[in-house]
This record gives sequence, structure tokens and C-alpha cells, in this order.
Amino acid sequence: MGSTGQTAKAAGGRLGALTGWIDERFPMTKLWKEQVSEYYAPKNMNFWYFFGSLAMLVLVIQILTGIFLTMNYKPSSAEAFGSVEYIMRDVEWGWLIRYMHSTGASAFFIVVYLHMFRALLYGSYQKPRELLWIFGMLIYLLLMGEAFFGYLLPWGNMSYWGAQVIVSLFGAIPVAGDFLMEWIRGDFYISDITLNRFFALHVIALPLALVFLVIAHLMALHEVGSNNPDGVEIKKVKGPDGIPLDGIAFHPYYTVKDMVGVGVFLILFSLVIFYAPTMGGYFLEYANFDPANPLQTPPHIAPVWYFTPFYAILRAVPSKPLGAALMGLAVVLFIFLPWLDRGKVKSIRYRGPLFKFFLYSFAIAFVVLGWLGLQAPTPLYTNLARFFTVVYFAFFLLMPWYTSVDKTKPVPTRVTYHAH
Amino acid sequence: MTEEVDTGRRHFLTVATVATGAVGAAFVAVPFLASWKPSARAKAMGAPVEVDIGKLEPGAMLKVEWRGKAIFIVHRTPPMLAQLEGVASRLRDPESAESEQPEFARNVARALKPEYLVLVGVCTHLGCAPLDKFTPGDATVSADWPGGFFCPCHGSSFDLSGRVFKDVPAPTNLPVPPYRYLSDTRILIGAAAENA
Repeated sequence: MGSTGQTAKAAGGRLGALTGWIDERFPMTKLWKEQVSEYYAPKNMNFWYFFGSLAMLVLVIQILTGIFLTMNYKPSSAEAFGSVEYIMRDVEWGWLIRYMHSTGASAFFIVVYLHMFRALLYGSYQKPRELLWIFGMLIYLLLMGEAFFGYLLPWGNMSYWGAQVIVSLFGAIPVAGDFLMEWIRGDFYISDITLNRFFALHVIALPLALVFLVIAHLMALHEVGSNNPDGVEIKKVKGPDGIPLDGIAFHPYYTVKDMVGVGVFLILFSLVIFYAPTMGGYFLEYANFDPANPLQTPPHIAPVWYFTPFYAILRAVPSKPLGAALMGLAVVLFIFLPWLDRGKVKSIRYRGPLFKFFLYSFAIAFVVLGWLGLQAPTPLYTNLARFFTVVYFAFFLLMPWYTSVDKTKPVPTRVTYHAH
Repeated sequence: MTEEVDTGRRHFLTVATVATGAVGAAFVAVPFLASWKPSARAKAMGAPVEVDIGKLEPGAMLKVEWRGKAIFIVHRTPPMLAQLEGVASRLRDPESAESEQPEFARNVARALKPEYLVLVGVCTHLGCAPLDKFTPGDATVSADWPGGFFCPCHGSSFDLSGRVFKDVPAPTNLPVPPYRYLSDTRILIGAAAENA
């Protein structure tokens, strides 16, 4: 350590001396090198690899705007709805901060769903990235909790009844169901008490856990190394300097590339915030512009779009406990992907036709279920939802079979890359 | 004194320390977890409510609030009561065997006095508020609709005693809250008869 400080001092004058002084007391340069400037990522990563850094950007946006929203928001049933209107009308730029936060919630899920789909495409959950995948899934579960708790806070009528529907899912648990519901709400119904505790969970407990999990996710990623569109382990072919031949330094190559992704993302994000902040009722539901009313259900209850695939599964099942169980399973099954997949290749480029068929069917089922979950129930839609629920689960439950019998193509030892 | 480390003793002490710590952590968790239960104030606010039903017209419904839930009080007419027998074959739990109600309401009318129906207006599927659709054949429900309650969220339907129809998502009949008559026109919701 002492020698590093000496070299830096010699190299960089006063700034170098400061760096040296810090490095002797805190591994600043070491961390920067290990995690950024000497972290070697595959050189063939394509646009699908934007969504990880974009998810981090959205997390920062949510934390920053969230902190400023709490400065004017009142977590009580008497004042919550009014305080949100106050932020929208009376606080300078309050509308912008709130629309950034509400649009950020939907953006978070768009980015995370694409990030997860990338992992399915290129087998990024496979050995040796199982823990990386599990940390990611835990982040996703926390994110769902964060979105659910946050959705109650404006205390609109859809907030109220959405929370009512989700909390009563716990009532489907045998024996302990009723007690659990009372325990979660802290009351005999969704009340001021429930709002107050959901606020605490939304602004402190879950964000804190999220940040820790993101750190764990990144540490796991940098330990095993990034996957790539070819699903080739670049660490297997190293140059004489011990650096993977197909690896390039994350900084400056990918920091610069990610900035292009950030630019495109921010353009789209701004367009929504300034021209379509409710996104036609998909990002902010119209029923939520009425204050919460325990005696009056909105004519049609639908969760925000990012939960609707699971909601469609819940509704498709005519039995409440079974519906709730299948909905839970639809989320949890992702965690087991590394062990359900018996395939010898990672990337879709070298997978056989069976995997492609099941993966694309799954993607279609996810989108169609998401659409069905937004619609009012009719017999036709219920039957459609049942069909696509079967397709959804077939992807997971038949995976050990179709991945082991599939005709895969040979995987190259080096990544495919065309210089440009 | 030997210079060697007594690993057996060390292992025992480590396990004992961890176990003691775990028990302590479990005890400390109790107050935090218990703080989530309904508070004394929440329990007090959930006390019974008194309702005057003297002015409720035949065929009409009154909504009151108890524990933040809508309570439906329906003054049923003789034709409405007559319908209850006819729909039994279309119901999932016509005898209210699986459903939640005080013992006195485990009958076709699901009430102390058949003309007054008292129900918790919360769908047993996912807690939405069912709508009153008392007119038989109501076009907003279906052509063969016998009259009853219809939940707009997921299409669950219930008859004029709050009994659930077959092939809908709701698993059980609408619950009947505990209640008793204080006089012919006053009922107390939230407390059953002292000597029923």
C-alpha cells in the first residue's frame, strides 16, 4: 500500500498525493480498478446489456425523487390524498418530482423485465451465475413489495382497493389467514395504521434492503464475470497478461457505451413525464384520482400493468387458495431456473428449436396475460387466461425435459465479434 | 497447563454462545412483531355500532360502516324471500355449511328475522364491495339472473341471502356479522345476543 501511495505521489502532483493519502487509509484506487477500470467484460455485449446499468439509474432516480417527496407527503389517512395534491399543485416543481417518481416505478419494471429476459435469452442464470441470479430475483421480489407499498401512499380509491385485494390474498392461507391479515393491516381493515406502516416499509426498510442486494448482485457479477450473447466463458481463453482475450475494460469501453443507453432512456423517460405522465391510465390509474373510500369499490379493479400477468393467473383459477398459490408460484419459479435448465449451452444462438419454442411461447404468454389482467373478466378472457397460464407454467415445469433432449449447435471457444 | 487448544471446549462454547444469542434475538423480536397487531385504539374503534332500521323501506338496502367494512341491511319483501328456495340447486353452499356466520344465521334466510338480512358487504373472493342487483333478469348481470348481489371485480355473484353461486371465484357465502335486536327497530352490529 505504501508503495502505491509513493508512485501516485510521483505521478500526479497534488491530486496524486491526495489519492495516495486516501489509498493508504481506504482502498479507493484498488476498488476502482477491481470493479471498473480493470474489470474485463466480454467485447461482444449487445444492447440487451444496457438494462442492468439502466436499472441502477432508475434506482437512483427513485431514491432521489422519493427523498424529496417525503418532505411534503403526510402518511395519514386524513392528509395523504391532500398532501399529494399539494405536491402536484402548490410545491414548486412538485409535479415534476412526483411524475418522475411515478413514471420511474413503471420504468423500473420495464427495464427489469427486459434485463430478466436477457438472462433467459443468453442463459445468464446458468452455472456459475446461480447466486447472481438469485440475488437478482430477490431484488425483483423486493421491487414488487416496494411498488405495492408505494401504491397505497397516494390514498386514492385504487390504492385502497388494490391493497385490500392483495392483503386479502393472505386470507387464503389456511388457519393463520385471518390473523395474518389483521397483523399486516394492524387493524380490522385497511386504515390509517396500515398506511403509516406501509410508508415506513416503502421509504426505509425496503429501499435499504434493495441497496444492499444491488451491492451483493454486483459483487457476485464481478466475481464470476459477465455472460455475453454467445454464452462463452471468456475467462477460459486468456492472454499472457492473464486478461481474457475477448475481454475489454469496463471503463472506458462500457461506461461510454452505457451512456448511449442512458441517453436514449432519458429521452423516452422525459417524453412520458412531459407528454403522457399517466400513460393513458397505465402508469397512473384514473380511479386513483378519487380519494380512498372503504364503502365504494372502483367499478373495475386492476393492478398497475407490471403486476397484471400474475393477476391474470390469480383470476384464471376458480379456487381462491389455489389461485393465490399459483400466482405465488409464477413468481417464485424463476428462482429455480438454474436447476430446471438441463441444457449444455447457454445462449439462444446455440440452443435447439424446442427451447426457442418454449421461450418465445412464454414471452407471448407473459405479454398476453399482462393484457388480460388489465381487462374486466368475461368468460372468453377467463378461458384465454387459463390457456396462457398453462403455457406460462409449461416453460418452467417442462424445462428439465426439453432442455435435455433439445438438439443444440456447437458453441465456439471465442465470442463472435465483428469489428466496426 | 498444556499448550494445546482444547477444540472440543471451544466448539462447545461457540455453539452455546450462538444458541444463547439466538434465543435472545428471538425474544427481542417479539415486541417488534407484536407491535404490528391491532393497537388498543384500533380495537376500541372496532366496537359494536347501533343502527335504526325503522325507516328502511321494503325492498331497500341500507349500508352502514363497522370496522371499516360495509354492512348491508336489506329489508326483504315476501317475493324476495320466496325466491330463496328456488335457487338452491345453483348455489355452492346453500346450507351455509362452509361459510362464516353466527349460529342463528345458518339457515336459508341467514337472518334472525327473515325480513331483515344483515351481511358483511365484502366479497369473500378478494374483498371488493358487491353491488345490489335485486331485480331478477337484471341486464347488467345475466338474463337468467334471479336477483342478489354481484361483484364487479371478478364476477362473483350471491343470492338474496348472500349465498354464493356455483362457478364464480368467491369460495363462500357473504359473511353475516354478529348482531342482535335491541328493539323491533334497532339492531346492534358487532355483538351477538348475550343468551342466544
